[in-house]
Amino acid sequence: MERLAVLRTAPPSAIFGMVMVTLYILVAFFAPLIAPFGESEIVGGAYEPWGEEFLLGTDTVGRDMFTRLIYGARNTIGVAFVTTFLAFIVGGIAGLLAAAMGGIADQLLSRLVDVLMAIPSLIFKLLLLTIFGTSIVNMVLIIALIDSTRVFRLTRSVAMDIVVMDYIEAARLRGEKLPRLIFREILPNATAPLLAEFGLRFCFVFLAISALSFLGLGIQPPTADWGSMVRENAALISFGDITPLLPAAAIGVLTVSVNFIVDWMLHRSSGLKD
Amino acid sequence: MADSDLLLSIRNLGIEGRSETGWSEIVKGINLDLHRGEVLGLIGESGAGKSTVGLAAMGYVRDGCRISDGEILFDGQDLRKSSRENLRKLRGRRIAYVAQSAAASFNPSKKLLDQYCEGPVLHHVMRRAEAERDAIDLYRRIQLPDPETIGFRYPHEVSGGQLQRAMTAMAMSCRPDLIIFDEPTTALDVTTQIEVLSAIRDIVQQFGTAAIYITHDLAVVAQMADRIKVLLKGREVEEAPARQMLEAPQEDYTKSLWAVRSLSRGTPPPVPGSRKPALEVENVTAAYGPTVVLRDVSISLPPGRTLSVVGESGSGKSTLARVITGLLPPRTGTVRINGQEMPPAYRARTIDQLRNVQMIYQMADTALNPRQRIRELIGRPAALYLGLRGQKLEARVRELLEMIELDPDKYIDRRPSELSGGQKQRIGIARALAAEPKLIICDEVTSALDQLVAEGILKLLDRLQRNLGIAYMFITHDIETVRAISDDVVVMKDGRVVEAGPRDEIFSPPHHPYTELLLSSVPEMDTEWLTRRLETREKDKPDVNRD
Amino acid sequence: MSSLWALIGKRIALGILTLFLVSVIIFGSIELLPGDIASAILGQAATPETLAAFREELGLEQPAVQRYFAWLFDILQGDLGRSLANGKEISEIIANRLGNTVFLALFAAAIAIPLAVTLGMIAALFRNSIFDRMINVSALSAVSFPEFFLAYVLILVLAQSGLFPSLSRIDPGMPFIDRLHATFLPAMTLTLVITAHMMRMTRAAIVNLLASPYIEMAYLKGIPAWRVIFQHALPNALSPIINVIAINLAYLITGVVVVEVVFVYPGLGQLMVDSVSKRDVTVVQSVSLLFAAVYVLLNLTADVLSTLVNPRLRRKR
Repeated sequence: MERLAVLRTAPPSAIFGMVMVTLYILVAFFAPLIAPFGESEIVGGAYEPWGEEFLLGTDTVGRDMFTRLIYGARNTIGVAFVTTFLAFIVGGIAGLLAAAMGGIADQLLSRLVDVLMAIPSLIFKLLLLTIFGTSIVNMVLIIALIDSTRVFRLTRSVAMDIVVMDYIEAARLRGEKLPRLIFREILPNATAPLLAEFGLRFCFVFLAISALSFLGLGIQPPTADWGSMVRENAALISFGDITPLLPAAAIGVLTVSVNFIVDWMLHRSSGLKD
Repeated sequence: MADSDLLLSIRNLGIEGRSETGWSEIVKGINLDLHRGEVLGLIGESGAGKSTVGLAAMGYVRDGCRISDGEILFDGQDLRKSSRENLRKLRGRRIAYVAQSAAASFNPSKKLLDQYCEGPVLHHVMRRAEAERDAIDLYRRIQLPDPETIGFRYPHEVSGGQLQRAMTAMAMSCRPDLIIFDEPTTALDVTTQIEVLSAIRDIVQQFGTAAIYITHDLAVVAQMADRIKVLLKGREVEEAPARQMLEAPQEDYTKSLWAVRSLSRGTPPPVPGSRKPALEVENVTAAYGPTVVLRDVSISLPPGRTLSVVGESGSGKSTLARVITGLLPPRTGTVRINGQEMPPAYRARTIDQLRNVQMIYQMADTALNPRQRIRELIGRPAALYLGLRGQKLEARVRELLEMIELDPDKYIDRRPSELSGGQKQRIGIARALAAEPKLIICDEVTSALDQLVAEGILKLLDRLQRNLGIAYMFITHDIETVRAISDDVVVMKDGRVVEAGPRDEIFSPPHHPYTELLLSSVPEMDTEWLTRRLETREKDKPDVNRD
Repeated sequence: MSSLWALIGKRIALGILTLFLVSVIIFGSIELLPGDIASAILGQAATPETLAAFREELGLEQPAVQRYFAWLFDILQGDLGRSLANGKEISEIIANRLGNTVFLALFAAAIAIPLAVTLGMIAALFRNSIFDRMINVSALSAVSFPEFFLAYVLILVLAQSGLFPSLSRIDPGMPFIDRLHATFLPAMTLTLVITAHMMRMTRAAIVNLLASPYIEMAYLKGIPAWRVIFQHALPNALSPIINVIAINLAYLITGVVVVEVVFVYPGLGQLMVDSVSKRDVTVVQSVSLLFAAVYVLLNLTADVLSTLVNPRLRRKR
């Protein structure tokens, strides 16, 4: 009940964000039910115009654009979510450990992350993709690894603000062990900023995957994906057709929505400090 | 006084602040008159609205506040109706402001002299060269060292007490009719405070400037003000000439503010026969990196007694607590609890050794995990150290809550955010008690609390000690607290013990020179105290404190 | 003074150490692949000749440490090795493209920095006004949409009408004005993206600063608002703004990759993407090192500059 009451205080932008995110999730889950055709089914000629049969026309090899847009939600969002989750497991736990342990462990981890972050993230991703080869699994692991350094930085700094509190000193002096210190004393106080970071990190990961796919180095056809859909059909743009922009817009609307929600969350947690 | 002397007249002032549910009153129905050359003291506890009233006297409100009612007449002109430009010309020129934290209120990237000259030049009071000469003159009058050159320093190159004086000089630069002093000495140590107080008083008298002096410290305001107005939660309690207010306060609330000063420890509880000292610190030297902060410190505390460690900031008193708890292993020296030598680092101590030393912190806000309920906050030490579970644990938590005078049914499932400051501090006490320790270290436990609440906490601690026989080590900078609660006293300065002994010995002459300075710097509830104090100092000139 | 220079010296030393470690990582990441690197990378289709060329190029028969220092030594002398794909000298391939990329980045930066800092400051000064909200929403959108979306929208709007070319072809001998015209759309795309970022950060830095007690003090001294901003706020805002600019210039490096591909612009970004799909390891390695070095140096410069303008480190005259 408490939570529902909170929703009523949300500003219009946050409500818009929540509605859109829910919509995306529903589309992703029920893609096979909503889509009129199969994901990579060739149903007509290339570049058919918008119409009754093909709502948004067909693509360069005659697959239904609308269908692929729907399946794209499932693939692109799913992959981005898994990647973000992995980045959080690795970076989050390392960040909490570094903050709670301090000393040499913290120094080593932090310096390592400093060096890894000295290489621009897209460049690093491209380098690793060259070495390990382009595949969805490789891409997920590489992005998760590189973004986990960013998650580490944030988690560590959030946890550091908590670690200096007297109640953590009290817990240490009480003789609490590391796991309890992290999960009972530190983590419950870090959930709000970490949740916000999860939202933002998801946006970055999502954009990174889209960029790689757009460059032809990420999710590969025939799997439907928004980034590669833009790439495949980009030629239409020079004829003034906006169809190829739809998947790009879908990406943008989702990131904007998540950003709206995160903004509201951050605003709330900063305003409710007592 | 004739009405033409009336400088500031505030009528029925109301100020509102923005909250989640809309606008709510923070100040209401304040009336205030101030004549030329007069000093009015505004006194109250936190949340009394005294700073808000002080700023309103300049026609200024902070973001998120608004003046909702009344009028502010400065020299016949209503500041609420004045244009922005008019207000701007008034501020700094005719009404000046001295803030609590000089370190934060000076622009870090500009030299003191530039900040001094800015006002007079912009308000066309003086040209730059004149203003510079004037600054040196005022710096000298306000007893800053090296008045010719100190203006060329950046704020971070000057000590806190000096900055506060420089800010007073800056406020005086346009020779305003009125200066608002907003807790100018609250952040300073007592020995520095007295220097700043005398400098402020001198210069205000020399120029015949009217002032509003805002503080929470009665003894301080008694030295500075002709009249005192007491505020409580944004409303006036009473107003009277300073001497009358001290000697015969009318309202119950005002009287209660006076009461804490009379709190005093009775006969010390009997020391059980041959038992070993609860705490012995022997020849401890400790350092943060290369900086030595404790030098050869030795103290001893019998069981069931209270030892106060008193000193100013940088004296090493808090570091001593960190050494005893094992947070900072000393370079040399030993710590014994109950006769048993402790491993230097807390990580190396056994669970029972940890149990025996508990801490109560200054800021109850940061000492309690905001995400835990009181049941867990108090129950955890009992479960960890004494193995209590289920029913037994619940019963123990309830018993502890009763000991700290909080109703268990009402409070056991609350979180810290649902408690007042004093209640939080009580939970801190209960958490320490739950471990059934031999020694509790109380680190400035009352300095963040209002006086009445603080008194309640001190009484509770005293009662608990008599019943449970726990030894207390009190770390404090407040001489009144020391007088009220200790059996023994240790005076520290620059990481050394300068004097130690039973309370009555320390508080009666002859004193060590530093103890003398410290004791004589604590403002007393007497309007003539500062005057007398400065006179005696003229004779003796103790030179311990040149900052 | 000496402590300030000592601090700056320390920063520079740290920057050089970082560069060194970055080169180790970039070199070492190839070692991560287990087994025969050559056939793993070149795949089944590799001819014996290419395999041999590859092995020789990487000097695989020598121990890694020795190879690393040989590689580093060559690079320091300007020898980046040869491309695996076509055997050309990498330094030759890169030379032209580096100039093109720098040109594009500078073009975008020259517009974006003054624009973003000004807009950010205005938004901060009039925070919560309509202008501020508009700026915030548009910045948020610009940040949220992928670079290629912005690029194609610009093409749709500006190239369809024939005002600017949608393919940024440039020749070595091209006059400056023509170059600006040819690279206008990619530069605009980059400008939009980094302006949005930079503006948001500038605004945050200034809002933070305006909440300081010394700003309130300045108002209470009766100092006019414009003077409070220029005399009291801005000198202290330099250091945070320098950092904001550095972060965003570094961001240009990433943005440039996608934008160059969209506009088929012959720069390093496109070379990098081409080489990744061909798995031309030596080229990717070299370009990565170049990008990383620029990134590290940018951050280092910002670090040194903000140390220099930090009032706490200034001494009396």
